[in-house]
Amino acid sequence: MKLAGKAVLVTGASRGLGEALMKRLARKGARVVGVSRHPQEMEAVAAALRAEGHVAHALSYDVGDKEAIYPLVGAASALVGPLDILVHNASTLGPTPLPLLLDTACEDLSQVLEVNLVGPFRLTKAVAGAMAMRGSGVVVHITSDAAVSAYPRWGAYAVSKLALEHLGRIWAAELEGTGVRFFNVDPGEMDTKMHADALPDADPATLSRPDDVAARLLGLLERAEAVASGSRLEAARLEAA
Amino acid sequence: MNAARWPREHPEANRLLHVSPATGRISDKRVEHLPELLRAGDLLVVNDAATLPAALHGRTEQGASIELRLLGPEAEGTWTAVLFGTGDWRMRTEDRPAPPALPVGTRLTLGTLTACVVEVLPPSPRLLRVAFDAQGATLWAGLYASGRPIQYSYLAGPLALWHLQTAYAARPWAAEAPSAGLPLNWTLLLELRRKGVRFASLTHAAGLSSTGDAALDAALPRPERFDIPAATVEAIHATRAAGGRVIAVGTTVVRALEGRAVQSGGTLFPGEGVTDLLMGPGFVPHVVNGLFTGVHEPTTSHYTLLQAFAPLPLLREAAQIAEKLGYLGHEFGDSCLIL
Repeated sequence: MKLAGKAVLVTGASRGLGEALMKRLARKGARVVGVSRHPQEMEAVAAALRAEGHVAHALSYDVGDKEAIYPLVGAASALVGPLDILVHNASTLGPTPLPLLLDTACEDLSQVLEVNLVGPFRLTKAVAGAMAMRGSGVVVHITSDAAVSAYPRWGAYAVSKLALEHLGRIWAAELEGTGVRFFNVDPGEMDTKMHADALPDADPATLSRPDDVAARLLGLLERAEAVASGSRLEAARLEAA
Repeated sequence: MNAARWPREHPEANRLLHVSPATGRISDKRVEHLPELLRAGDLLVVNDAATLPAALHGRTEQGASIELRLLGPEAEGTWTAVLFGTGDWRMRTEDRPAPPALPVGTRLTLGTLTACVVEVLPPSPRLLRVAFDAQGATLWAGLYASGRPIQYSYLAGPLALWHLQTAYAARPWAAEAPSAGLPLNWTLLLELRRKGVRFASLTHAAGLSSTGDAALDAALPRPERFDIPAATVEAIHATRAAGGRVIAVGTTVVRALEGRAVQSGGTLFPGEGVTDLLMGPGFVPHVVNGLFTGVHEPTTSHYTLLQAFAPLPLLREAAQIAEKLGYLGHEFGDSCLIL
């Protein structure tokens, strides 16, 4: 998929991988909307890209809030046109330090599922129908190796990511042949605020830079038609754009 | 005909009156029977406009309570809008107290947004052009935070935005929902697709159906903007060349396609435009062969448009049958296929 002129929505775009992805997409000529719960940080990212002459807009919503979904999709589509690419990057760990399951409040598990699973479901539901009607679109779930390995203390986050991946596979199966493609991408361990919140003692030198992972994600989007919908992909094995 | 007063949980089970102008037959079906009524090679053209939160309540700087119903964006960030006085959707539009006259320059506060009247348009002092102070993402976030979907007094309760979005809604261009498509869910759409029915979309800014102002209502529908993608024009040409039928989902799709064709001597070309086309008896459609739509009252402009597709006696008979069988009207009501 040629990225120039494409309408893209990236969630969790005020920092980390989402911010890096938004910048790379805008600099490739895509028309990008970033959404985050942090209005000032989000607007700073978009404003800097606009100052470079790119099309970039900032919206402030919580993707875990049911009432936010239609406003978010409506505003984004009004600003950049019918969405071609949707990247579900926003997610929450729940309370940190990460607790054992026996010490996890039921409400905290629910909240993690709302943001990491139900929110992306609602958002895709509001976007993918228009993509299928137009016969093209890409939806990316940012997942984690916690979805594959049973790491102690990652329970709430891990089950939300495993469920998100399976959601991606079922979306792919149901919309097979419509031109809408779904990818689950494991970005690997990155030097981000989220990683520091989860593992404060990690050595940043051993972690990937979000911008390198964003470059690989762009490579995937550019080659989207050649990759099987529903695939789980590790960013480290993807070729950068 | 009675109005449907609330969205149904399974609108695909809505009743569908199939009116065949070729045979003169009228049959009582369900929307989920559409795959039996369409053929491989037919093309269904939908209006993918999402429905705006177009009703904004607020105050003038003098403190008068008003409601603005936005029609759509115009040049230079301004919007056309119809002004209502105090009250809300629970009151019939024709019973609402007249709004104050708002001369050019009047400042308005509408939820989190502020705006200024920049023009009063014919044929009514209630038809305005307003400029919002906010732009871009701030304006859109403000509209979604402050606006509600437009609705009328026959409904049982306040609607949420999601009640009025089709299963394929994209850009928020419609002041009122392109409601013919509301019963089409993806189970049905994918079944049609498996059968060989193709889809195409366009975006048409469906306007207001009623304002309660006689002069303004007589001027409805107002000129409306549309955007026809190149892929849709290609799909229509390919369908007609192969002997398939082009079926419009909703009168807004007919208006966009026939409006564009009339402007360009019968040929379609892609891109944005504005149409003021009014169709009725004697109008010969150039593009559209059939229409999937709601069941309309014989007094509405929609009904006049239907006469471009079926003779009046057949439409009258269909309306009588729909009434007798208890079909429901308006945006959450039953459906009709004229094909």
